[in-house]
Amino acid sequence: MTTSQQLAVAAASEHRTLIITLFSVFVAITLGITVWAGRQTKDATDFYAGGRSFSGFQNGLAISGDYMSAASFLGIAGAIALFGYDGFLYSIGFLVAWLVALLLVAEPLRNSGRFTMADVLAYRLKQRPVRTAAGTSTIVVSIFYLLAQMVGAGALVALLLGATGEGARRWIIALVGLVMVLYVTIGGMKGTTWVQIVKAVMLIAGTLLVTILVLNKFGWNVSTLLGEAAKESGKGKAFLEPGLQYGKDGTSKLNFISLGVALVLGTAGLPHILIRFYTVPTAKAARKSVNWAIGIIGAFYLMTIALGFGAAALVGSKAIIASNEAGNTAAPLLAQEVGGGADSTGGAILLAVISAVAFATILAVVAGLTLASSASFAHDLWANVIRRGRTSEREEVLTAKFAAIAIGAISIVLGIFAHRLNAAALVALAFAVAASANLPTILYSLFWKRFTTQGATWSIYGGLISSVALVIFSPVLSGNDKALFPGMDFDYFPLANPGLVSIPLGFLLGWLGSLLSKERPDARKYAELEVRSLTGYGAH
Amino acid sequence: MDSAPHTAEGQGGPDRFTDVQSSEEFAELRRAQRSFAFPLTVAFIAWYLLYVLLSNYAGGFMDIKVAGNINIAFVFGLAQFLTTFLIAWWYSRHAARRIDPKAEAIKERLEGDA
Repeated sequence: MTTSQQLAVAAASEHRTLIITLFSVFVAITLGITVWAGRQTKDATDFYAGGRSFSGFQNGLAISGDYMSAASFLGIAGAIALFGYDGFLYSIGFLVAWLVALLLVAEPLRNSGRFTMADVLAYRLKQRPVRTAAGTSTIVVSIFYLLAQMVGAGALVALLLGATGEGARRWIIALVGLVMVLYVTIGGMKGTTWVQIVKAVMLIAGTLLVTILVLNKFGWNVSTLLGEAAKESGKGKAFLEPGLQYGKDGTSKLNFISLGVALVLGTAGLPHILIRFYTVPTAKAARKSVNWAIGIIGAFYLMTIALGFGAAALVGSKAIIASNEAGNTAAPLLAQEVGGGADSTGGAILLAVISAVAFATILAVVAGLTLASSASFAHDLWANVIRRGRTSEREEVLTAKFAAIAIGAISIVLGIFAHRLNAAALVALAFAVAASANLPTILYSLFWKRFTTQGATWSIYGGLISSVALVIFSPVLSGNDKALFPGMDFDYFPLANPGLVSIPLGFLLGWLGSLLSKERPDARKYAELEVRSLTGYGAH
Repeated sequence: MDSAPHTAEGQGGPDRFTDVQSSEEFAELRRAQRSFAFPLTVAFIAWYLLYVLLSNYAGGFMDIKVAGNINIAFVFGLAQFLTTFLIAWWYSRHAARRIDPKAEAIKERLEGDA
């Protein structure tokens, strides 16, 4: 343990009460909202879609809350702090990706679906195979994403409690899991949405505060900030130029492209984001909510520049790596630094505030993910595949609640084991899986007349299996000392992100599966889907 | 519970949606949406990939300093933010003017028929 870390721990334990108080206040307030929302949750539309009663602005905030995860806040700040300019790709890709959602997906989805992504796919294709495939990929994508959040939570706890906190780390991860299950089972979509809104406001306020303090230290001159970051990084000018992380050789350059493609195409295939479009009454409101989200998320990602380069300049990469190899604690360390340093009251207070914000962030996102995956399990797999539609709304919602408990348990177990990876890199894997398995089928169903059930299942399973398999055989899991299993060696695929291979494969299989299928595309059902998705006629 | 709620309510016969779909008015609506959204999607993805590829393979160009420590790579990154905001605004304006009124008209007619 380094001196700065010891100081951090000492200061943290001194003000641990403050962190615990702030975090408890957030949990208490949000649980209160959840109970209130739960009382108003009567039918399936309330539980899955918050009664479709949110305004465009409210949903824009909630989308931002759902999207700005531990990966954005902790992961990107860490990636920029350690790799300079190359970390910035995350911010850009994560933002530009919203245009795919805005231009192609949000409005038709809102017009033609009810509760899940599969509602739109099952519209003109055969219900059971398509819902089985879409439900499976929804759950897989959500679990990848959950893992990233839990890694962020683990890194935070380790920062606040030090190396002695291994037992405490498990308890806190278990607590995060428990609270997220409570949000979802009691509050449903209405409760979860309000949690996202509260969290988005807190996160923006916290980030803005740190950004202002950082810029103030550098006389509001971004160039000075960058110069100082480059100097402190020990990499000099290269820190501000592309290629520090991804420029070493041809393979790492391909990796950069793969990551870039996954980021830009992933968002519009993320189930927990897609179901947010169902919480507003109309397609116009869905468009408005995406516009608000783009504004809020864009502003936030601009501030990650100050967070990341600020952490490089003021905390230094040595101290960041000492605290967390993957850089996940750069943002809270920076908060401590701009608050006055590790041994000051101001530093401890700001560390406490930012850590509480980060916990709130994680909690809200895991709640959104749990809701998306349990909704898909209950609505797609249980009600429509296993029970073949012969189930009551009550039973379906009850199933969703049990599924939420199971998913909570899975993510607690995963969170306890994984903590060596960068949260942003992990989320990028979820993006790659979403872009490979979900996006092709969504686009084909909405826009391609000749798309068939076989095309959908080939595309979803092909994209899903190829992306997950390529991750398993990638350097993320084995073959180097930064991998999840550093002692083992089965990295046969050179890229850390599978997107460059699996996304085109997903699109190709959707096209090929449709061409080779014996089933004729249902022209009448497509007419209905097209008319409904463009006009909003008969939207639920 | 909702395996086929969409078909149950159509009262104008099975071909009602096919009729609307093949109408000139609907073709205009589709054109207003697709002829704007598709090329724009291709354009912003190409513009984004250009940034990714330049970062990878045009180091010399991206490293040129513009002002102080700010280089072309950094400006390029910020330009992606700017174009994202602009495209979102531009699409929304187009949708409000050219798509929404057409969609609304067709929807009202369908609701009137039902």
